[in-house]
Amino acid sequence: MALDKTGIAKRIAQELRDGYYVNLGIGIPTLVANYIPEGMEVTLQSENGLLGIGPFPKKDEVNADLINAGKQTVTYMPGAAFFDSAASFAMIRGGHIDLTVLGAFEVSEKGDIASWKVPGKLVKGMGGAMDLVAAARNIIAACMHTDKDGNSKLLSACTLPLTGVNCVKRVVTDLAVVDITPEGFRLIERAPGISVEQIKNATAGKLVIEGDIPEMKL
Amino acid sequence: MNKVVKDAFEAIQGLKDGMTVMFGGFGLCGIPENCINALVEMGIKDLTCISNNAGVDDFGLGLLLRKHQMKKMIASYVGENKEFERQLLSGELEVELIPQGTLAERIRAGGAGIPAFYVPAGFGTEVQGNKEVREYNGKMHVLEAGMTADFAIVKAKVGDTRGNLIYNYTANNFNGPMATAGKITIAEVEELVPYGELNPNHIHTPGVYVKRIFQGKNYEKRIEFVTTRD
Repeated sequence: MALDKTGIAKRIAQELRDGYYVNLGIGIPTLVANYIPEGMEVTLQSENGLLGIGPFPKKDEVNADLINAGKQTVTYMPGAAFFDSAASFAMIRGGHIDLTVLGAFEVSEKGDIASWKVPGKLVKGMGGAMDLVAAARNIIAACMHTDKDGNSKLLSACTLPLTGVNCVKRVVTDLAVVDITPEGFRLIERAPGISVEQIKNATAGKLVIEGDIPEMKL
Repeated sequence: MNKVVKDAFEAIQGLKDGMTVMFGGFGLCGIPENCINALVEMGIKDLTCISNNAGVDDFGLGLLLRKHQMKKMIASYVGENKEFERQLLSGELEVELIPQGTLAERIRAGGAGIPAFYVPAGFGTEVQGNKEVREYNGKMHVLEAGMTADFAIVKAKVGDTRGNLIYNYTANNFNGPMATAGKITIAEVEELVPYGELNPNHIHTPGVYVKRIFQGKNYEKRIEFVTTRD
């Protein structure tokens, strides 16, 4: 069965490693924070200026001066640090963040990503997404494999305005884990109960399938 | 050296129609509420506003929008504001969207006397436009310009009479960089203390950048999305 958003987040959490500094985008990526493996130390960065995001506050802990990049009230972990937004993007641009996870409207087989603008609809702005995809060392895109009408989001070339070029390394969807390689999308894992054929049919870009494709272990 | 002014109205003396103004804050967090309210009351118009966001309909920079005092908005993310959408779609308001890190760095560079610099963000996207591009270390970069403003208005938790500022948690955000980039920088603070009282080790913005400072009042500190775990 295809994964739900929680399932995608659980699978992405398996990409975390002890000691990682991670930036999680809005939407599915935010859910990844709920599945950090027990005993693993992962530090979450918020691009407005916080390293060490904690859980949401209790009602009596809410502080207007303490929010995440989605403008939600948060807390901070022991060992956290606060800084200004220029310093925050210096650590992003400088390649000091180990992993960035962000949502996507479309991903191309070359690793291009479109995630910020749908022409004809309202434009809200790119926020920090362009800076993150241009600079992070390892970028995972999280999205459904197809849109509501069944159109593939994994394309040979993006049709929407780009957020960044040649930057996504891996895509985790409700159907599969695929890597971006010079040959195109390479199928790494299948969602439980999903066949290679189903993934092939849902992928518009070039999909490389080699050998047995294992099921995700969630 | 007297930097202390009595209130927001005295602080914005000389801020005229058509000027470019930076406003600190991220969302509604750390915004200079007193000065925004004073600008609304004075009716200063045709402003070019530089701020990461545009406030909400009835708070923050949304108040300037509602009274049509803004000619142009330079920001990275402008969701959560219906009046903004309306003015944008009707062509009443000019908008320039800049990636958040590039916006922060353009302000930092402007304050630091750096006229331009290369960043990877935006390469191959519509942000690149007809800016110069260049390859460094095997990667393409876009030339971006440093940015200053006629006035920068920031908000801090504590300040002293010499203009030294300390921010609270994530309310530093764009306030720190913007404080350096105004021809005239105004700081409004929740608490103003005599110089010498703050621990110099803890200063975020050294007073050299701040021309005018005052203790604000009636801070609402509205929260956009209250999220709790209980």
